[in-house]
Amino acid sequence: MSLLYAVFVAPFVDMATAPAFFVEVLLGGVFAGLMYSLVALGFVLIFKASGVFNFAQGVMVLFAALTLVGLMERGAPVPVALVLTVAVMVALAFAIERLVLRPLVNQEHIILFMATIGLNFFLEGFGEMLWGANVKRLDIGVPDESFQVAGVLVNKLELSAAITAALLVAVLAVFFQRTRIGRALRAVADDHEAALSIGIPLKTIWVIVWAVAGIVAIAAGVMWGAKSGVQFSLSLLALKALPVLILGGFESVPGAILGGLIIGVGEKLGEVYWGPLVGGAIENWFAYVLALAFLLFRPQGLFGEKIIERV
Amino acid sequence: MIYREAGQFKTTYAADQAIFPIAQDRVVVALAIAAAFLVPPLAGSEYWLQAVLIPLLIYSLAAIGLNLLTGYAGQLSLGTGGFMAVGAYAAFKITTAFPQVNIIVVFLVSGLFAAGVGLLFGIPSLRIKGFYLAVATLAAQFFLVWLFNKVAWFSNYASSGTITAPPRTVFGVMVTGPEATAPARYVVALTLVVLFALAAKNLVRGRIGRSWMAIRDRDIAAEIIGVRPLRTKLLAFGISSFYCGVAGAELVFLYLGSAETLAFDITISFLILFMVIIGGLGSILGSFLGAAFIVLVPIFLTNAPHALGLSVPVALQKQVELMIFGGLILFFLIVEPHGLARLWQIAKEKLRLWPFPH
Amino acid sequence: MTDGTPAAPLLEVCEISVRFGALMALSRVSLEVQPGEVVAIIGPNGAGKTTLINCISGFYHPFEGRIRFAGRDRTHLSPPDVAELGIARTFQNVALFKGMSVLDNIMTGRLLKMRGSFVLEALYVGPAKRQEMEHRAFVERIIDFLEIQAIRKTSAGRLPYGLQKRVELARALAAEPKLLLLDEPMAGMNVEEKEDMCRFILDVNQEFGTTIALIEHDMGVVMDISDRVAVLDYGIKIADGKPDEVRQNPAVIDAYLGVTHS
Repeated sequence: MSLLYAVFVAPFVDMATAPAFFVEVLLGGVFAGLMYSLVALGFVLIFKASGVFNFAQGVMVLFAALTLVGLMERGAPVPVALVLTVAVMVALAFAIERLVLRPLVNQEHIILFMATIGLNFFLEGFGEMLWGANVKRLDIGVPDESFQVAGVLVNKLELSAAITAALLVAVLAVFFQRTRIGRALRAVADDHEAALSIGIPLKTIWVIVWAVAGIVAIAAGVMWGAKSGVQFSLSLLALKALPVLILGGFESVPGAILGGLIIGVGEKLGEVYWGPLVGGAIENWFAYVLALAFLLFRPQGLFGEKIIERV
Repeated sequence: MIYREAGQFKTTYAADQAIFPIAQDRVVVALAIAAAFLVPPLAGSEYWLQAVLIPLLIYSLAAIGLNLLTGYAGQLSLGTGGFMAVGAYAAFKITTAFPQVNIIVVFLVSGLFAAGVGLLFGIPSLRIKGFYLAVATLAAQFFLVWLFNKVAWFSNYASSGTITAPPRTVFGVMVTGPEATAPARYVVALTLVVLFALAAKNLVRGRIGRSWMAIRDRDIAAEIIGVRPLRTKLLAFGISSFYCGVAGAELVFLYLGSAETLAFDITISFLILFMVIIGGLGSILGSFLGAAFIVLVPIFLTNAPHALGLSVPVALQKQVELMIFGGLILFFLIVEPHGLARLWQIAKEKLRLWPFPH
Repeated sequence: MTDGTPAAPLLEVCEISVRFGALMALSRVSLEVQPGEVVAIIGPNGAGKTTLINCISGFYHPFEGRIRFAGRDRTHLSPPDVAELGIARTFQNVALFKGMSVLDNIMTGRLLKMRGSFVLEALYVGPAKRQEMEHRAFVERIIDFLEIQAIRKTSAGRLPYGLQKRVELARALAAEPKLLLLDEPMAGMNVEEKEDMCRFILDVNQEFGTTIALIEHDMGVVMDISDRVAVLDYGIKIADGKPDEVRQNPAVIDAYLGVTHS
């Protein structure tokens, strides 16, 4: 009985009695969730346009952040460093298309997935060789301090990061809905052959999605790096993006965003209010169990369409 | 001209269905196994046995386990580390509670525990496939490791969940614990992996293997000939986890000596997956080749600059290692996407015809 | 092969309807198949032929109507249950196991006839080994029958299309079905391959007494090999009878030529 109370009643009582704290936990969850969304977004972009499950997305985040910090350490001002980093990510996209994707075109999905695993290792070594492996501070000029709004502590850094992320998502949405290239990308996602037959070159498309995914990786890297420093653990963000993808579906941009928020918030609430019951540190697996439970009821994800298998 | 099958006629279906239908293959394999049992324990250095061969054998066993599930039954799993942890902790609990039980029996029973847990986490495979299933198995990975870390009972209330292999003997020879010699541990690991590899080969060439591959290649067509998906997939999860569980127990008892839950984290799941992929999905031989690749390449890369007389800073060396390792994976995929096992097969085909081009 | 006695039908499909969203794929379709018959199901594209076969083999379940096989109701069985009853089928776009050899593909057809425990099979001794050999012998007979000896050890995915269709037929035959459903067994074949396939279908029917229901577009073939023809159009059965009768049926001519008959 007391167990039931501890699981089903006490946490909600805690939430109601300390609303300001609850909101702070919620905001922390939203912030973490946005990070997951950004990484998941990188996955979705590439998966939609090329059917490749890019295991290296997390390392791309690390690589982007390392490049940015490395350039800044060498004296480049923030805007210059940012532009250069974008250039590096675009160059990377070209290299990946030429050296990895083109030789493997028309291979099965699992093989392309494995190739991204190889890419993962290569980039990790390459990034650290170029810029060094020690933990770096990334100072983007916003102080890591808090102010109070209606009794709720809000972190300036987290707030500006959240706003940047929201802007980026909006820009991407416009890009996909309104521009010619964006529409071409969606056409490729729907049907490779049809896209080819109306003259959309697959090579170009692949370079573009990988470049866009690289730019999304910069955003994620900057935000996470500013908060916790640029270090290897950034690449593990990729693992956190997986349950997000499950929730949102592998091909849905809004799904990735909403899924990220749900996972971020769910994880924080679970950890703070239910974690102590089982000894804490449930953040590691809670998201997966959440995603798993969700999958059993809705295997196609939040926004995915139910697939009728044709025989 | 030596490797020829001309003149070897198969007069029974049994001969045609044999694992090695060509006589030369049988001889080579028999010699290789004999050499594996005799040469390293007698001639190998402590370093080679402890740092290379023992982990190689244990990883091979885990890779065979994962290959049964992913390569043959087509169910992608990232939970290998979790299932290995079940085996390791079960072995620890059993042998500390019943010290008189033979340690080999303990390994097998721990495998059964892992199989049970594997069955449980295999249930979602009925509804979800591919990468979605991979994420479901990640739930197993993280949850199990967390569980062994949090619940002190599993490690007999040792600090930070460390389990240590107590001394145990087989036929009067110490095989686990700090006193056990590397050759003794090597022979136990080798015996187990040879027997289990043979069992795996038997499974995959018969009824069960065919139903696994049917589900993997075309699940709809598999159902229409009467393969029941849930039963078939669960059997794959169970047997695969059994292999991983035994390998996990061996990892602590025969290789590490003592370990925390960290030894079974997500890195090892990926490591085993890479072995299966590089070696060749759906190939028992490939599991060995993949394990050898993953174990040997880093050792080679570590020692190569030294052998060449170059002195490289440790950090740089680690990074270059990662790059070469990643580059090799890419290279092999581009040259032969179906893994080392296929390269081996192609080489054999060429050899059969040599010196004629066709 | 039909004997004179009026036996109960092997398969009875009674007024089944299937709907996909707003589309009625089948509405109140009935079909009877007598033991030993060769029945052809024909109709324009999208008429619901494959849907009908899918219902019989348990992939789709009709929201109304019943399906009876060998006198027992089995409207709501799953595909493996249907397989156990003795119904085998082939697919429109060949569904072979591409990573397996031709021999293994056909051996999968024997799975339902095999028994055993995984422990014995892991040891590959006694009954497990004996069973393998018995079924291998059976499969070899089918391989001889369909004249595919030479490709036994070839990987199924590497075969040309015509041979893949033949291997798929072999896999279905390996299950020794009472009823064999063939979904366009001759689609995409050249004349020679079609002739071979016709011969095989008739041989199967006559030598093994297997009842066959097939979907086919080639009218010449349909008229030659079937005892009876059922015609579907827009999910409705518009004709059913001897090939010659069906050929004269004005509704059928309408459906195929798209002209209104006065």
